[in-house]
Amino acid sequence: MTYVQGTTGEWEMVIGLEVHAQVISNSKLFSGASATFGAAPNAQVSIVDAAMPGMLPVINEKCVEQAVRTGLGLKAQINLTSVFDRKNYFYADLPQGYQISQFTQPIVGKGEILLDLADGSTRTVGITRLHLEQDAGKSMHDQSPNETYVDLNRSGVALMEIVSEPDMRSGEEAGAYLKKLRAILRYLGTCDGNMEEGSMRCDVNLSMRRKGATEYGTRTETKNVNSIRFVQQAIDYESQRQVEVLESGGTIKQETRLWDTTKGITRSMRSKEDAHDYRYFPDPDLLPLVLNPKMVESIKATLPELPDEKKARFISEYGLKPYDASVLVAEKASADFFEKVAKGRDGKLAANWVTGELFGALNKLGKTIDTSPISAVALGELVGLISDQTISGRIAKDVFEEMLASGKSAASIVEEKGLKQVTDTGAIEKSIDEILAANADKVAEYKSGKDKLFGFFVGQVMKATGGKANPAMLNELLKKKLS
Amino acid sequence: MTKLTDLTITEALQGLNDKKFSAVEITNAHIAGMEKARGLNAFITETPDVARKQAAESDARRAAGKAGDLDGIPLAIKDLYCTKGVRTTAASHILHNFVPTYESTVSQKLFDAGAVMLGKANLDEFAMGSAGITSAFKPTISPWSGSDPANAARKLVPGGSSSGSAASVAAHIAMGATGTDTGGSIRQPASVTGIVGIKPTYGRCSRWGIIAFASSLDQAGPMTRSVADAALMLRVMAGFDEKDSTSVDVPVPDYVAALGKSVKGMKVGLPREYRIDGMNPETDVLWQKSAAMLRDAGAEVIEISLPHTKYALPVYYIIAPAEASSNLARYDGVRYGLRVAGESLDDMYASTRFEGFGKEVRRRILIGTYVLSAGYYDAYYRKAQRVRRLIRNDFEEAFKICDVILTPAAPGTAFAIGEKQDDPLAMYLEDVFTVTLNLAGLPGICVPVGLAQNGLPMGMQLIGKAFDEAPLFTAASALEKAANFTHKPPLTA
Repeated sequence: MTYVQGTTGEWEMVIGLEVHAQVISNSKLFSGASATFGAAPNAQVSIVDAAMPGMLPVINEKCVEQAVRTGLGLKAQINLTSVFDRKNYFYADLPQGYQISQFTQPIVGKGEILLDLADGSTRTVGITRLHLEQDAGKSMHDQSPNETYVDLNRSGVALMEIVSEPDMRSGEEAGAYLKKLRAILRYLGTCDGNMEEGSMRCDVNLSMRRKGATEYGTRTETKNVNSIRFVQQAIDYESQRQVEVLESGGTIKQETRLWDTTKGITRSMRSKEDAHDYRYFPDPDLLPLVLNPKMVESIKATLPELPDEKKARFISEYGLKPYDASVLVAEKASADFFEKVAKGRDGKLAANWVTGELFGALNKLGKTIDTSPISAVALGELVGLISDQTISGRIAKDVFEEMLASGKSAASIVEEKGLKQVTDTGAIEKSIDEILAANADKVAEYKSGKDKLFGFFVGQVMKATGGKANPAMLNELLKKKLS
Repeated sequence: MTKLTDLTITEALQGLNDKKFSAVEITNAHIAGMEKARGLNAFITETPDVARKQAAESDARRAAGKAGDLDGIPLAIKDLYCTKGVRTTAASHILHNFVPTYESTVSQKLFDAGAVMLGKANLDEFAMGSAGITSAFKPTISPWSGSDPANAARKLVPGGSSSGSAASVAAHIAMGATGTDTGGSIRQPASVTGIVGIKPTYGRCSRWGIIAFASSLDQAGPMTRSVADAALMLRVMAGFDEKDSTSVDVPVPDYVAALGKSVKGMKVGLPREYRIDGMNPETDVLWQKSAAMLRDAGAEVIEISLPHTKYALPVYYIIAPAEASSNLARYDGVRYGLRVAGESLDDMYASTRFEGFGKEVRRRILIGTYVLSAGYYDAYYRKAQRVRRLIRNDFEEAFKICDVILTPAAPGTAFAIGEKQDDPLAMYLEDVFTVTLNLAGLPGICVPVGLAQNGLPMGMQLIGKAFDEAPLFTAASALEKAANFTHKPPLTA
C-alpha cells in the first residue's frame, strides 16, 4: 500500500474510475449512420443524429450485444431488463438537447477486474455498472476567431460507460486497472481502446483519507484524462493538492475538475452548486430494453479466452512466472506472438526472448508487436536453435541483432557466419588444454584458492573458440581439468 | 349534380371509379374553396401546385387501373407532419423557415395510397392548445357561427390543436385531414366543428416524422365528415413502422368491414365520473340521447366506473409538459429554424427560444422542466406515472364488463376567440373527457350527434380496447346513423 506523506501524517488515496469506451460497431447506437473514426466533418450524420424534428431513435442490436459481451467479460451481472433515460442539458454539440443514456437501470450490473501489479501480485477492483449511452458531437473552437464549429460525426456513437468501485489506492493501481480493462475490451473486440483517438476516455474520482481511516473523504471528479500516463499524473497532482488543502485546515469541495495536459495540473471546472440538473427521465421514444436469456447465453458461448484465463494457462502450460505471463497477456497480439514462438519449444525460453530481447528491440525501434521486423516464426526458429544447442544463448543475441539488421533467418545467419556451437568434447578439451598451458601461473593461483579465476579461464576458452563453445560443456570440462 | 366539395371520401372514390369526375376536377374545386375560405386561416402553407400535380398523376394511375385506396382524395395535412420539400412549421416561429428533407411515415402512406395534399393545416403551436389560438401564424377560425346573435358577431374557435384540420374539413375545403392527438387534439376540435375524428390506439400509427409534443401520448389520426371516411383513412395511415420503436407490430384490421354491423348485444358503458361539475347541461342531455340511440339500435347500456378520472387532467399536465420540455430542447437555433444571435451560446439559446416560442409553449416548457427537476421528480413526475397506471387499470376493469364506452367529447360547444385565452386552467378543462385515453393509450372516436341550442355542434366520444378499433367503428357508425347529423356550417365551400 502506498501512502501520500503529508506534513501531519500519512494519507490514503481512494480512487474510482469512470471509463467511456466507444463500442466497436458499424453504425451508431440509435441511427444507421457510420460510426467510423476520421471522416470529414459532418460526413457521418443522419437526420436522427442531427435531431431533425420528428426523428426517433431505434436501438442498434449490435451495440447491445457488444455491451452484453463486455459485461460477461467483466464477470458482471447482465440485467435482462434495462431502461434508456434522457439526460437533459443544452450544448451546441448535443443536437437533441439531451443524451440518451441509462440512469437507474443499466444493462450491466456488478462485476470485477483483477489487477496485475508490478510485483507480480494481483488485486480485485469492483465494477459498479456498465451502461450504454450516446456520444455527443465535437465543438471546435480553433477553426475561426469568433465562431465555434460543430462536427456531429461522433454524435450518437455508442459508448459504454464503465464505472468502478472506489477500490484503487494508488496511481499505479489506476494505471493497472486501465491497462487491464483495455486488454479485456480488446480481447472481446468491443472497444479498440485507443485513448489518443478518444475511443477510450477516463474520468478520475479521487478523495483522500488519513491512513487507517474507514470513512471516505469528499471527492473530486477530474474529467477528460486521456492517457494512462496522464491518469497517473492527474492522480499524483490531485492527491497532493487535496492533502495540502486538508492539512492547512481547509475542506475539499465536491466539484468537477479538468486535467490540464500542458500545465500538468487539475483545475476547477464547476462546483456541485453549479452542477447541471440533468432532469433524467425514461426516454418515452424507447421501450425498456428486454434481453432474451438465450441471446446472452449464445454470446457467452462465443467469448474468447480472456487475459486472466490466458495468464493462468501460460503459467500452467509453459511454466511461466506470473509476472512474465501477465506481461505477455496484456496485449492479445503479444500473447498470440508468444504462443507461436513457444509452440513445441521451451516456453520459458520463448517467454524470455519475447519479453526481453524482442520487446526491448521493438521499444528501441518504436514499433509494436504487430509491426515487428522479426516474425514469430523467425523468432521461434532462433529459440529452437538455442534449445537444440546449435547455438548458445550468447551467440543467439548476436544472431538476433543480425536478424533485425538483415531480415535473414536465424539458421542462415548461423550457417553463413559459422556460428554453430562447438559441442565436440575433444575440440573444447583441446582449447582448454591450450589455455591452461599458456596460463600456468593463473592455474597455480586458482588451485591455491583464487576461485574467481574460473571465470577468466571460461572467458579465454570462449575467446579462443569465437564464443562457440557450448557453455555447459565448457564448464564441466574445465572443472574436471582444474580439479 | 352535387357539388364536388360536398362529397365524402367514400362518395368521391365511387364517383372517380365511375368516371363521373376526375381527381383534377375534385382537387380544383377544393383549391377554389380553399382560396375562398382564406379568412378561416385554416392553412399555414397552401400547396395548390403540389395538389394539381398529384391529382393529374392520380388520374393517370386510375386510368391505368392502378388506383390506390385513397387515390385522388384531397387532404389537409396538419403542419406537424414533416413533408419533404414543403415547409413544416408546427405553427411555431422557431420553425418558420424549416423545410424537411424527409416525409413522415404516415403522410407517405397516404401519398402512396394516392392522396392529394392541399396544404399544411394550421394548429396550436407545437399542438399545445385547445382552440387553435396559440399558432404563431394567427388563430384558425371556425366556419360555424351558430344561432346565438352574440356569437354571430364574434369569431369562434374550431377547437385545437388540430384546428386547421377541423376547420378545413368542416368547411368542405378539404375532404379529410390528418390530425394528431396528445390530449384530445383530434376529438375535441372534431366535436366543436361537427365532424368525425379518431385517435387510434397508441402505437397504431407511426410517429416517425411527426413533430413530437409528448412522445408517450402523441398519436396520429384522421378527421373526416363520416365514420366510413375515417375508417378508410385510418386503414391507410395505420401500421407498424420499424423507425418508431413505440409502434406496435400487430395486423391492421379492415375497419371499413366493421361499418354498419349490428350493435345488438354490444355493451356500452357510461362512466359515472364523466358527469362533472360545471358541465354544460346540454352536453349531458345529448349524452343520454346518444346512449338511447345506441340502446334503440340493440346495444345494452350500462353504468360503469372509472374512479381515477378526476386525476387525469393533473396527471396529463405533468407528463405532457415534462416530455415536451425535453422534446423541444432541440429547437436551439444551432442547426435549423430560427436563430437569434447572442453574446454567448447561452445568450443565443435564450434569445432564440424566447423569440421563437409563444407564451403557451414557454409555459409548458417551464412546467415540464420544473416537474423533472431534482427534488420534485418524485413528487410530480414519478407520482403522475403511478396514477397514470391506475387510470389505465380503471379502463381494463371497465372493459371486463363492457365493449365500448360512451362519453361526451368536449365539455361544451365552440367558444369565441379571446375567451379562456387568459385562463389556462379553463382552457385545459377542454380536454377533460379526452386526456384519459391518451394516458391509457386507448382508441377513441368522436362522432357529431347534434346541435346545442346555440346552433353549434356537439360530438360524443366512443372509447375502445387497445388495438381493437373495429368495434369502435361499428358502434360509431350506428351512432352516426341514428344521430343523422346533416348540419353544415354557414361558411362552406
